[in-house]
Amino acid sequence: MNFDIQQLRKQFPALHQQVNKKPFVYFDNAATTQKPKIVIDRLNDYYNNENCNIHRGDYHLSRKATEAYENTRKAVQTFINAQHHHEVIFTRGTTEAINLVASSFSKEFINKGDQVLISAMEHHSNIVPWQLACKERGAELKVIPINQKGEIIMDEYYKMLNDKTRIVAVAHVSNSLGTINPVKQIIEAAHEKDIPVLLDGAQAMPHIKVDVTELNCDFYCFSGHKMYGPMGVGVLYGKEEWLEQMPPYQGGGEMISEVTFAKTTFNELPFKFEAGTPNVADVLGLEKAMSFISSLGYKNIQKHEKELLEYTKKKIKNIDKIKLIGTANNKTAVFSFLFEDIHPYDTGVILDNLGIAVRTGHHCTQPLMDYFQIPGTVRASMAVYNTTEEVDKFIEGLKTVRKMFG
Amino acid sequence: MTLKDIETEIISEFEMFDDWTDKYNYLIELGKSLPEIDEKYKQQQYLIKGCQSQVWLHASYEDGKINFTADSDALITKGIVALLLRVLSGRTPDEIINSDLAFIDKIGLKEHLSPTRANGLTNMIKQIKLYAMAFKAKYEKE
Repeated sequence: MNFDIQQLRKQFPALHQQVNKKPFVYFDNAATTQKPKIVIDRLNDYYNNENCNIHRGDYHLSRKATEAYENTRKAVQTFINAQHHHEVIFTRGTTEAINLVASSFSKEFINKGDQVLISAMEHHSNIVPWQLACKERGAELKVIPINQKGEIIMDEYYKMLNDKTRIVAVAHVSNSLGTINPVKQIIEAAHEKDIPVLLDGAQAMPHIKVDVTELNCDFYCFSGHKMYGPMGVGVLYGKEEWLEQMPPYQGGGEMISEVTFAKTTFNELPFKFEAGTPNVADVLGLEKAMSFISSLGYKNIQKHEKELLEYTKKKIKNIDKIKLIGTANNKTAVFSFLFEDIHPYDTGVILDNLGIAVRTGHHCTQPLMDYFQIPGTVRASMAVYNTTEEVDKFIEGLKTVRKMFG
Repeated sequence: MTLKDIETEIISEFEMFDDWTDKYNYLIELGKSLPEIDEKYKQQQYLIKGCQSQVWLHASYEDGKINFTADSDALITKGIVALLLRVLSGRTPDEIINSDLAFIDKIGLKEHLSPTRANGLTNMIKQIKLYAMAFKAKYEKE
């Protein structure tokens, strides 16, 4: 490992607290990660010293904030290796990014009888927007099946691509299972038939180096708050050729070129898709989150998280009557599991009393839970600041649960 | 015993516990020993949905009192259900309507009744009060 984990943890104020009189163990990183001090300080600094509206004020502070905001767009471009900075659209998060594409892309490209492909492991955020779009356009939503390990069945996927398919929308990494999908093959197969692909990257960005040019995806969506950045900011990356052809998503300030009561002409990319006053502070916070990740390096992050994954895998096996949901060969450090005879809620309550934060329930993937025929799971999801000592506490916690419920 | 007497009784039972594991072990025991609900009431129309755990609730009115039976798929939730029924079942509609269930806070389980826990308990209490109002309206016309 090329970083000192204790030094790293010092950068995260929220990790150093007691919960129920016990040291806090935070294993709900797939829901949101904690924030390093540089991100928190950036937000403070912006509101203390730089706050003003951007893109319109012709005075010092506004110019400065506009520059910082637009520099972040360029930083995102570099971070994900996009071809153009105007292919980076700031949104409220992954959900809004997907909604933008589902709504806008479908108006131009999806018609009656067409098909949209998603996978069986999608988050509700990558299901519902497409259901709405399909309903509006009279199209059909098709679901690529997965196997018992929680992996997309690629042969089925290849068979489902046809001349009615207008877009494929899948998760890069599953939020419930941690499965890393073979997105490169998914994209290549779709492109052979000229079908664009959208990737929900919310769960990938904190763990995996994403290069949109190498992936050759058409859309990539992610959230700041899952990658050590602030809540309320996300990114839609879209290839220029698609974004140019898509109609605006929302109307308002900033996205216009000229407005009369008779007619409005729209601004150019990326502003066409950024109506209203943008979330400047959080965008600037996102820039610091990317700096934080870059300072560690994705290689080191992956190495550390792989250690956590393997360590937990080994330890969790020895616990009685535990069933892991999602055992893909290629996955992130996410453990979805159930005790055969204990409700996930009960497990969560006991772990909470031990100061351990996990998520219980369906994780916004109800169709996936239906597929496994379970009401939900307990999910422990790890991040770069977690330690094997915390895994030990978590394993001890599971043993306590086992003991209490007989 | 009045409804308040039973609440006091429960509070003194919980005062004996030294730490949280004793308390939760007791809840688990209560959950396990809750009389089973008739299978025919374990259906959609009696289901109170929580995001995480679910509760089934059935109510009947007899001689001015309301009897409740209930169940849950999570054992800790079921233990708290057992406590609520011990206090509220077999009471008159007015007793139920006027109860504030302050004992839940005193035994340190208030967090389980927060709407954000989404375990079905908050809605269960709402439903119990609704039953009380409905039975009162139906059988106790002035």
